[in-house]
Amino acid sequence: MDAIAQPTRQLVRMRGRSYVAFVFCPAVPIVGWLDEIDATLARSPGFFVGKPVVLDLSAVNLSQTAIAHLVTSLEQRNIRVLGIEGVDEAHLTASMPPLLTGGRPCVLVQNEPKKPEAKPKPMSLLLESPVRSGQSVVFTEGDVTVLGSVGSGAEIVAGGSIHIYGTLRGRAMAGVNGNSAARIYCQKIEAELLAIDGYYQTAEDIDANLRNRPAQAWLEGDVMKITALN
Amino acid sequence: MAKVLVVTSGKGGVGKTTSTAALGAALAQMGEKVVVVDFDVGLRNLDLVMGAERRVVFDLINVVQGVAKLSQALIRDKRLENLWLLPASQTRDKDALTDEGVCSIIADLRNRFDWILCDSPAGIERGATLAMRYADEAVIVTNPEVSSVRDSDRIIGMLDSKTVKAEKGERVEKHVLITRYDSARAARGEMLSIEDILEILATPLLGIIPESQDVLRASNVGSPVTLNDATSAPARAYIDAARRLMGETVTMTVPVERKGLMNRLLGRRAA
Repeated sequence: MDAIAQPTRQLVRMRGRSYVAFVFCPAVPIVGWLDEIDATLARSPGFFVGKPVVLDLSAVNLSQTAIAHLVTSLEQRNIRVLGIEGVDEAHLTASMPPLLTGGRPCVLVQNEPKKPEAKPKPMSLLLESPVRSGQSVVFTEGDVTVLGSVGSGAEIVAGGSIHIYGTLRGRAMAGVNGNSAARIYCQKIEAELLAIDGYYQTAEDIDANLRNRPAQAWLEGDVMKITALN
Repeated sequence: MAKVLVVTSGKGGVGKTTSTAALGAALAQMGEKVVVVDFDVGLRNLDLVMGAERRVVFDLINVVQGVAKLSQALIRDKRLENLWLLPASQTRDKDALTDEGVCSIIADLRNRFDWILCDSPAGIERGATLAMRYADEAVIVTNPEVSSVRDSDRIIGMLDSKTVKAEKGERVEKHVLITRYDSARAARGEMLSIEDILEILATPLLGIIPESQDVLRASNVGSPVTLNDATSAPARAYIDAARRLMGETVTMTVPVERKGLMNRLLGRRAA
């Protein structure tokens, strides 16, 4: 009788699976290459911590001791080497990371800290001189401000609102990109035409009582309203 | 340093040629060496107003095309020895003017004269743009009525964008000259007021030339109004304007015609 209980045998299941790892390709002189690694670590300490790293030694011809030294040097820098490739198996000892084969290049997604985004372009245009007859100012990105008058026969086209610190004698077209919240302000209204988001009024439609006064125009539904500013 | 001054307006018939001749003669009387250049190729008039039409041999286009030398085309005034005329061609059109040709003529004139007055044609096309192209200063001639003022506004916009100075980021010095101003009609509200014009154009005022029969009378005898009768109201206004161009400070007045008893009794007489 066999008193020893046989443990029930469990089937060892094995599956193949591939993972993504950093691949280091050391170059001679190794000391110089290690300096480069140190420089990277100085910029972002802990960059390699916990990351799987594979050494590709195909570009260099290192002895067993040299490989051992390289692996320890990396360990001192908290870089754990998962495997080695591109080297004769005879150069590796049992204590070294295993030889890897069949690696395929892939794109690494780096989680480097994002650069501060470029400042958004200013969404307004400032004109410091009068807009003369025949001139056309088109700025579809945002507001237009004019420090001066807009001459008869001149036009201002803006994606946003239009502000005129002077007399508006020409045309002003605001909210041309479908911005119905855009408005038109001017210090003195003698406009030929006002338009917001396609709805317009010509000089004839504008209330004569508003003439020569500070005024603003805006859209209420699909009706353009023009009122005095004070 | 020579100064290139363009006399321009956009609108026709407001008095560019009259003003060019009158200002040119006034500056010459002050001792400056002056040339008046007619840019109205095909519709030249400055030779008539200057009374030099019978002495034109070569013209601006001949010089542009290298047919004649500049010295051959320049005509010296018979009354003032430091006043010269460079006439335009009557048989060509404005397309005969080239940017390079105008550039070299202006550069040449700068070496010979103190003032180069360019009489611009009406409109905003080639002739007018080339007349203003190399200007250091501009006189914008305006009548006190809306169409003239709007055209002047347009021309001021072009002076700020299409001239060599503007392209270099500098400014052409601009002056508004109001001509054909009738103070009686302005008082009745039949004309734009000086204040309205200056408010619209936002440009300093050089002078106010009163509406006067003397202007037509001088043109008809081929003499700049400042030479024909220096005591007449428009002549005095032009002389004041010329002094302001020279940098003098002259109080702005609207000269009025001194009507004699006979004039008042008989009313206006035909020129």
